Amino acid sequence: MISELFTTTVLIGILASGIRLATPYLYAAIGETFSQKSGVLNLGVEGQMLLGCFAAFYVALTTENLWLGLLAAMIVGALMGLAMAFVTVNLHAQQGISGIGFYLFGLGMSDLLFQKLLGTVETVKGFPEIYIPGLSDIPGIGEIFFRQNILVYGAFLLVPLAWFILNKTTLGLKIRAVGENPDAADSLGVSVARVRYFTIILGGTLSGLAGASLSIALLNVFQQNMTSGLGFIAVALVYFGAWKPGGVLAGALLFSIVNSLQLWIQVLGIPVPSDIAVMMPYVLTILVLVATVSRVRAPSALTKPFERED
Amino acid sequence: MRTRLSALFDALLPVIATLAALAVGAVMLLFLGVNPLDAYGALFDGAFGSVNAFAETLVKATPLLLVALGICISFRGDVINIGGEGQMIVGALLATWIGLTFTEAPGWVIITLAMLSGFLGGAIWGGIPGFLKAYFNVNEILSTVMMNAIAVQLMNFLLRGPMIDPSQAQLASKIPQTARLIDEFHLARLLPPTRLHLGALIAVALAFLVYVLLWRTTWGYRIRAVGQNPHASRYAGIKVSRYMVLALLLSGAFAGLAGAVQVYGVNYRMITDGSASGFTGAAGFNGIVAALFGQLHPIWAIPASILFGALLVGANSMQRAIQVPSALITALNGLVVVFVVSSEIWRKRRQRRRLTVAKEEEAPGRPTPPEVQKEAAR
Amino acid sequence: MKKFALLFTLVLALVLSACAPKATPTPVATEPFRVAVVMPSAINDMAFSQSMYDALMRIQEEMGGPDNFEIVYSENMFVVDDAAAAIRDYATQGYDLVIAHGSQYGSSLQEIAPDFPETSFAWGTTAETFGQPNIFAYEAASQEGGYVNGVLAATLSKSATIGVVGPIEVGDAKLYVDGFKAGVASVNPEIVVNVNYIGSFSDVALASEAASTHLSAGADVLTGTAQMVVGAIGKAEEANALWFGTQSNQSSLAPKIVVASQVYHWEVALREMLSLIKSGTLGGKSFKANLANGGEVIEYNEGYALPAEAKTLADNTIKGIVDGTITITLP
Repeated sequence: MISELFTTTVLIGILASGIRLATPYLYAAIGETFSQKSGVLNLGVEGQMLLGCFAAFYVALTTENLWLGLLAAMIVGALMGLAMAFVTVNLHAQQGISGIGFYLFGLGMSDLLFQKLLGTVETVKGFPEIYIPGLSDIPGIGEIFFRQNILVYGAFLLVPLAWFILNKTTLGLKIRAVGENPDAADSLGVSVARVRYFTIILGGTLSGLAGASLSIALLNVFQQNMTSGLGFIAVALVYFGAWKPGGVLAGALLFSIVNSLQLWIQVLGIPVPSDIAVMMPYVLTILVLVATVSRVRAPSALTKPFERED
Repeated sequence: MRTRLSALFDALLPVIATLAALAVGAVMLLFLGVNPLDAYGALFDGAFGSVNAFAETLVKATPLLLVALGICISFRGDVINIGGEGQMIVGALLATWIGLTFTEAPGWVIITLAMLSGFLGGAIWGGIPGFLKAYFNVNEILSTVMMNAIAVQLMNFLLRGPMIDPSQAQLASKIPQTARLIDEFHLARLLPPTRLHLGALIAVALAFLVYVLLWRTTWGYRIRAVGQNPHASRYAGIKVSRYMVLALLLSGAFAGLAGAVQVYGVNYRMITDGSASGFTGAAGFNGIVAALFGQLHPIWAIPASILFGALLVGANSMQRAIQVPSALITALNGLVVVFVVSSEIWRKRRQRRRLTVAKEEEAPGRPTPPEVQKEAAR
Repeated sequence: MKKFALLFTLVLALVLSACAPKATPTPVATEPFRVAVVMPSAINDMAFSQSMYDALMRIQEEMGGPDNFEIVYSENMFVVDDAAAAIRDYATQGYDLVIAHGSQYGSSLQEIAPDFPETSFAWGTTAETFGQPNIFAYEAASQEGGYVNGVLAATLSKSATIGVVGPIEVGDAKLYVDGFKAGVASVNPEIVVNVNYIGSFSDVALASEAASTHLSAGADVLTGTAQMVVGAIGKAEEANALWFGTQSNQSSLAPKIVVASQVYHWEVALREMLSLIKSGTLGGKSFKANLANGGEVIEYNEGYALPAEAKTLADNTIKGIVDGTITITLP
């Protein structure tokens, strides 16, 4: 039975599923990486995702335009980010907790709007799969990587883009400076507030995109609380990735591939109790991190509000 | 005198912020075609309107208080513990197992043992992330989020399988619940026919204990020192990693105790529907909010938990009375948290102003109010 | 400081006015029958809770509208504790019938029911009334509909592989899946039925990938239970695989590929309960929704062209279950 796991069909299936499952995690976690790099912990990602998820679905359904839906999700996410930024930067709210508040608000509002505006579960014709010409015909790899929909491609392209911004641009330098030593950055003329506003709103926008990837690309449906904890895992993955986009990618892939592995384990009838199988991605994420012990430090100013000394 | 009143205002700031959030909620209610006055009347009624209502508020507040006490410890040690959900589950599992296995022993022995094992179970589930943080640099947010999910699956596995109620095991449809604890093992009801139980008194007593722990013992001092300045503490000879582990361990322990108390005081069995918070009722998260409401002080956590518990109970009651979607309640809950957390800044600013005023007006040596002492110590 | 004082008084005024006594409601001409229901998920979940809500709505229409049949509900009561408070509250408010629509509510109901001897309670899905004179129990023999679905699925499957997506292996879900597997085996024991319990009632993305996994493993017919299967149905539609639903009619989600759904018509049991309550019996009886009494109905999707022989086989299976010639053995 276990040998069945190592056939080509299964391995391809696991990887293809893993890529799809990883997509929303990538959007949300990369967004959170920006926030955390600048020193802000945002636990409200899940709420932003759910609102973006609904906004995308509703707008796409009513206007029959997927791109408008995508835009709606990004705007909604950005607005939530704006609120979070105000509360964090100007009001110095305790970051872990304000995040939970935004999560509950997003969860409730998305559900409420769903009930009042739609009332029943419907489906939408989401972004279709795009077969990249040439590449999609490569046996095995083609099926896994190059037959996905545009939002999946977007998520993976985001990783090198984020890496570039954070490491090769002045903006990235400012973000990192604000996250490591806001006092020094401030004294050098960098507006800590402005940088943090930027990263938090960017994080919100990407969380909204993550939600859209679910409702109008991968699943093509909206149901209350359909993210089911995804946002929190995404935040956790930022720590796994040691605040590097590449690391976050590794984390998202690890988590998602193990998740799809456990699905196959159940489908192939390998005798593992279903609850134990479901545990696997969570346990493995911790174990891998333990095994790859590193001396990485968090951005020094993470969760600490910045106040200019008078 | 002015500073005393001012200090009182600050203590009430969470209440004021809550009311402000409810005012925003009133706008949402109007959009839904509901009269906000009716709605909030029902909320107040549901939380405080009768002896039974108030008892329900206290029953809801009990696990919140216990979790909040643990959060006070961990946050002061600068460790973010969002693993309360999982710790509560594991503590409850261990405590339930004790009560189901040793049915011959006398009631008070088992109850004490069960509470202790709840403490132990939560301590283990909190200690593991603590250990991983201190010695493997695994961030506690990651490990606790993962451990929460693992605990839910563990609970499902045990309650569906080895720990299932034997009468359920026969039936084709297996409800994931354990057998009922025998009557001798129940935490006493304090005010029948309400559900108020001994657990509430245990929680309040522990609040004082935690106060003593944090401010009158070496452990507590060191936890707080590590929380405020890990570098200075290390120079002072305090083993930082050890106290990080201790902070997470203790806060997990209290969450675990909350789980045990819920089993022994409310349902007399462990039961879930399989979902993430079917057993805990999100007390692991709500307790964090309650701790914040109480400014992370164990004694203030008592009224804070009652207030937050009242909000939760009242909101559910409001849902029933005026038939609004439960989603509105969740959104309202979120608004309250955001508003309260945002109101902190006014407290801090006013406190700083008061500190300077107090220094000028009052004679040196006169004891300053506890919040001001806290601020000075920060 | 002035700003705060103003805000404070404003908000205080709001609170004080909220505590003001409520206006007395205008009296109604005839006493409506008042029902309260407590449910673990949303009323539009396309699954368990929706089935009860829809049934109550049908009864309300039969009885002439909200003036004669008043329904109030509390949904998303997945925390047993909160549900207990809700059940007790509705009972205190004097509802004629309080329905605890969730098997996990049983132990709470056991404690609450004795305190309200004038109120009738209904508990599902289960057969246990705890010997209480005011508790009705209702359950669905979901394995029956599952069996019929399984028979149909086995007949229609060309690849001889069928996939099942479930939440957690408990309660109604387990019954349905076990019945389904038995149904498939009765047609052709060689057909492979792969079952996947994803460990959650709400993770739509995981349900969707579970469906993908089944499809990659060669399944061309899928089924599943609980609300998160909306994700699985989508994947089935993409792959042109067939879908069998349960608990509610899921045809609208994928009109081209949904073959049939086992729909719970709780109103059959509810009607009996209502007449019993009106004649003074508040409980002590358990009801089973099954194919025989119409509590379970296999609703076919109009949009799917079911071959005549398959329909005949299904009808015969239903007849067999109803008259007892077919027995479903569960593990």
